[in-house]
Order: sequence, then structure tokens, then C-alpha cells
Amino acid sequence: MEFFTISLLNGVSYGLLLFMLSAGLTLIFSMMGVLNFAHASFYMLGAYLAFQVSEWTNFWVAFVIAPMLVAFLGGLFERVVLRKTHKFGHVAELLVTFGLSFVILELVQLIWGRTPVDYKVPAALDGSLFKLYSSSFPAYRGFMMLVAIGMLGSLYLLLKKTRIGLVIQAALTHPETTEALGHNVPRVFAMVFAGGCALAGLAGVIGGNAFITDPGMAQAVGAIIFVVVVVGGMGSLAGALIASLLIGVMQTFAVGLDWSFIGALQSFGVAVTPDTFGYPVWKLKLSQVAPILPYLLLVLMLVVRPKGILGTRDE
Amino acid sequence: MSSALKALHFKPLNGVRIVVWSAFALILLLLPLGAQSSFALTLVCLTGIAAIACMSYNMLLGQAGMLSFGHAVYTGLGTFVAVHAMNKILGGWWLPMWAIPLVGGVAGLAFGALLGFITTRKSGTPFSMITLGVGELVFAAALMFPEFFGGEAGINSNRTGGAGWFTDWGLTFGPQIQVYYLIAIYLFICTALMYAFTQTPLGRIANAVRDNAERAEFVGYDTRWVRYLIVMVSSFFAGIAGGLTAINVEAATADLLHGVRSGGYLLFTFLGGVGFFFGPIIGSILLVFALVVLSEFTKAWQLYVGIVFLIMVVFAPGGFSALIMLNLRRVKYGEWRKMRWPYAGMFFFGLIALWGFAAVVEMAYQTQVAAGSGSVVTVARIPLDAASSTSWVIAVAVLVAGGIAFELWRRKFHQVWNEGEARIAEAIKKAEAAIV
Repeated sequence: MEFFTISLLNGVSYGLLLFMLSAGLTLIFSMMGVLNFAHASFYMLGAYLAFQVSEWTNFWVAFVIAPMLVAFLGGLFERVVLRKTHKFGHVAELLVTFGLSFVILELVQLIWGRTPVDYKVPAALDGSLFKLYSSSFPAYRGFMMLVAIGMLGSLYLLLKKTRIGLVIQAALTHPETTEALGHNVPRVFAMVFAGGCALAGLAGVIGGNAFITDPGMAQAVGAIIFVVVVVGGMGSLAGALIASLLIGVMQTFAVGLDWSFIGALQSFGVAVTPDTFGYPVWKLKLSQVAPILPYLLLVLMLVVRPKGILGTRDE
Repeated sequence: MSSALKALHFKPLNGVRIVVWSAFALILLLLPLGAQSSFALTLVCLTGIAAIACMSYNMLLGQAGMLSFGHAVYTGLGTFVAVHAMNKILGGWWLPMWAIPLVGGVAGLAFGALLGFITTRKSGTPFSMITLGVGELVFAAALMFPEFFGGEAGINSNRTGGAGWFTDWGLTFGPQIQVYYLIAIYLFICTALMYAFTQTPLGRIANAVRDNAERAEFVGYDTRWVRYLIVMVSSFFAGIAGGLTAINVEAATADLLHGVRSGGYLLFTFLGGVGFFFGPIIGSILLVFALVVLSEFTKAWQLYVGIVFLIMVVFAPGGFSALIMLNLRRVKYGEWRKMRWPYAGMFFFGLIALWGFAAVVEMAYQTQVAAGSGSVVTVARIPLDAASSTSWVIAVAVLVAGGIAFELWRRKFHQVWNEGEARIAEAIKKAEAAIV
């Protein structure tokens, strides 16, 4: 019970972090048709900028400033580079963000070095929120969940209840008509791109000190958020939320469990020895397989339901 | 006038092709004469293998419009299976060593059939994301099965063993030159086969699926089946490149499967140019140059490659091969002479800006990453001190001045270039009007 509750809480907080990342990616994708390959790089940039700003001032200033800086950089990139490749089609747009992820990685290494930086959880949030049996739940995890849920709520309100949200939704489905009504659609695109990058940056600010801030962090999470978007269904925000929570909880549980096929087979009375065919597969523990579980989910989803959990288009 | 109305006949073996392919064969035959040192020969071998891999990648990207982030899976698994096959040969299997690349190719084909079945369920952007996921899956799984993949250390073999029809004549693959000629023969045959493939009905339908999948579907083709077939053919050739790697380095490690390697194939195939069949060959030369030569000069080579890539995607999405072809067109229409000065100026100011940029990057790198080895760096024979502000001021000033001059010249260049394009378009129009 103790393991279950703590793992569930950890899994949900990780899943919400994944959602903060994939929400921006999904928004940008469904609006502009651009898969931002560098999305995870903006996440990394958010963490590093937050580290730098909190070195100069404190965490709370960084919490506000760093996502804004990331949004500014994202908007700048959209305006100066991405918009120029629009006429060459989606492949060129994907390639340009792929190139950007390279450049950001190198620049981060150039500015902050190759070793992890010492980006700490603020003292006010360092400690346990509550104790459950013998294990404690860190206060910072609670803060992460709070920020993610707050962001989720404000994103929902922004998209559904405000005028800006209406224009964004209109530009999403009918860009020509929206333009004909006098709205500056390219500027809406730039805003959405910057907004999506800000979400990634915010995820970096709160994720960087919860996990680790090093040049490998973008690559560690980059492929997983793609899995989230495909499994959730391309362009579906609600699907991305479900997939993020699913993957977050699944991975957290798997890390803590050392079940294997051998154990399962033995409980059915089948003995497995090193001579049995396929022994290397049977002996793998669930905790060992944890890193590839999201990808196995992806494969499974593509075989069973190629359009994803809540996807509408079956391309 | 009427001579332009000659009937066209299908002649696969026309004069131009005979000349081009003979020249290609001759270059491959004579290349070792130019590469006297063993280092140069190693570079040439690596380039040959990379050329097969990049051309097989271009089958996906250029021919069928499928942007894959997981091509190293097929080359890498080809290498692993090939190394295991080599060890089986040493253990007494009867298989000539020169057939090992074919083993890699069959392995690539098998994995292409297995993984391609999943990845090709989607097209376009989702396809790219799925190939990335499958690539990560295979890389992570490789570390889980040390029995086959050898864990972190990888697996080794020896290419000099085994029987075979030519072993008695001294073909033992001991000397690197023999490996070179094996690679050259495979490269020539694979290039010819891949070129022939572009001319087959399947190759043509792949182009149709790339350009407009909906219409191809409407005409009656199963686009998913076409994508699946293309992935399988492409992974067969990727596997051959993997098998050649097995013979060339006699080892396989898990980083052969890593996403960075897949990204490298994508990056350099694109830089070479996806629009022309020979583009990936240029890409493979650049790949080996960047990975082996440039990385010797500077630790920050990936930054330079990334920036060149960004600039190319934005300004020259056809890659270097398209640039070459555009300039050849200028020569043909007698327009190139006007471009000499614009080019010279771009080159001159570009070099100045590049020096400033390189100086800033190298000094930043020296202070951040390699601080232990002092603060002195040399950029193009000019010594700089990362600890002194004078060096920084000079570098930044050169960068800014060079950059501004370059941008001004580029605008001029752009104008001259566009004027030339307009004249060429006019000339083509006139020629067409003359025929009719």
C-alpha cells in the first residue's frame, strides 16, 4: 500500500511534467503542422536559464523570468528562421528544428559546460510534504503537481474562454478564413510557438532541479514526449494528458518492481532454467525493462489502434 | 527547327550514362593511388561505406519522402549480425568472408520487414516520430541483451579467417587495400542497383506517394504497402553498409545503433542533397570529413555542423548537389562569368566572419570545457588568449564587421543571382517557343 501510494504520486507528478512538455508540442503541431523537434531543447534551455537566474537572484524570480526568456527565444526562432522554411513544406520545417536541437545542445555545453550544473530545489520547498507510513513525499513534488495543474487550468481557460483563445482555435482549423476576417495569422502562429516554448521552459524550470540539469536532459525526455503525442493521438490535448499520466505512472511503477517472466511462470508451475529457450528474455526484470516501456507502448498502440487514444485522423 | 522534333526512344544505355558510370568505376579503381598513407585509405574506406548508407537513406527521404530518425538501426543491426556471422565462419561455417556484407544486407532486410511493418503504419510527421521511438527502443534493448550485443564493450571478430573461392590467391582481407577493393566493388554494385531501382515502377510510384499520397491512393495504389516495400529495400542496402562496417572494423558496439548516428545520416544526406541521386555521395564525403577530420581540429565541430545545416535548410534546401547543378546551369547558359565577383566577395567576407565566429566559439570552449589545458587557443594560426579581454574584443569585432560586410554583399549577390535566373528562364522560354 505504501509502495503503491508513493509510486502513484510520483508517477502522476512525472506524468504531469511530461504533459507540460507534450502540451506545447501538441499545440504547435496541431496549429502549424510543425513537429518541433527542438521542443525538448527548449525544456533544457528553461532549466539552464532558471539555474542562471536563480544564481543571480533567487528561485522565484527565475520561476517567472526563465519561461519568458524561453518564450522570447522561441518566438525569435519562429520569426527569423522557421517562417522562412514554411514555403519548403513540413519536411524542411522538421529539419530546421532538428538542426536547432543540435545547435542548442552545443551552445548549452559551450556556455555551461558538459557536467551537470548545481540547480537546487529552493530551501522553502526542500523537505517532505507529508509522511505516509515510513516514506515521505517531497514537498517539491507537490509543488510540481500544483504548477502543472495550474498551468493546465489556465491553458484550458485561455483556449476556451478568452478572445485570444477563440482566434487561436479559429486559426487552427480555418487559417484562410481567420486571415480574411482581419486577424494576423502568422503572428498568431508566432505567439503559439512562443507559448508552446514557454510551457516547455516552465517544465524545465520545475523539472531541472527535481531531476538533473545536464546537457543530456533534452535527449532523455525528447523521444518520450514524441511517444506521448503519438500514443495520445496527434493533435489531441486530452489524449496527450491521458498518455502522459499513463506513461508517467507506468514507468514509476516499473522501476520499483523486480518482477520477471521467470517468477510469473514459476507461479504457474513452469520451471525456467538457463537452458530454457529464450532465457535472456525470461530473466529480464521489470525494473530493467522500465526505460523501454514507453516505446513498447508505442509499438503496441500502433498495432492495435494507429490513431492513438483520442486521435481523430488515421493517416 | 524540325530537328528538335525527333521522336524519343527509351535507351537505358545512352552515351552520358556510359561515360558517367565508367568514370565512377575508374575513380574507385584508381583512388588508392592517391591515398598513399594508411590514414587516407581508412578515410576512403569509411566514405565508401557511408556512401552506401546515405544512398539507402535517400531512398527513404529523397525518393519516398519519408524522414526517418532511425536509420542507424538497420546499419547497426546489420553490423551485429555480420560480426556474429564472421565468428561463425571462424568457428568452421563454410561461407566466404566477402559474402559477409550480404549477410548484413539480409539481416537489414529482415529487421526492415519487422520494424518497418510498425513504422510505416503512419506517414509524414508521425512516421518520423515513430522511427525515433523505435530507434530508442532498439538502442535500449541492445543494452538489455548482452548475450547478443555484448553489453557496453560490444563484440569482436576477425576478418582474416574462413574459406572461400579466392582465399588461395591471397585474398585474406589482411591488408586494408583488399578491404578497400571489397568496399569499392560493393559500392559500385549497390550504387548501380539503387540507381536502377529509381527507374523501376516501384521506384516511380514511391515518387508519386512522396508528392501526393492521396492521389496515388486514388489511382489504386496502397500507399502503406509502397512505403513498407521502400523501407525494406532501403534497409537491405543499409544492412550491406553495416556488413561492410563489420569487415572494416571487425567489431560492433551498441553506439552503432544510437540515435546520434541516425541523426548523422539524416543530416549529411540532406547536406549532400536529396533531390539528386548523387547527392548522398557528396553527403558521405562531408560526413567522414566532419566526423574524422573536423573533429580533430575542434572539439566544437558539432556546433559548426549544426549551424551549416540550419543555414542550408533555410537558404539552400536542395543541398550541395542542387548548388552544383544550379551553377552548372549558369555555365551552360553563359551566365557564370557574371557571378565570379559576387562569389569571390561572399567567400572573402564569409571567411572573415567565420574566423571571428570560430575565435569566439573556440575561446568560449577553452574557458568552459577544456579549462584545464590553459587559456591559449590558435584559430587559423593566429594565437588568442581566452583569458585576455583584448582577444575577445578582437574576435567579436572581426565577427561583427565580417558579418555586416557579408550580409551587405549577400544582398548584392542575391540581386545578381536573381537577374541571372530571370535571363535563364527567358532563354528557356525562347528555346521552347522555337521548337513549337
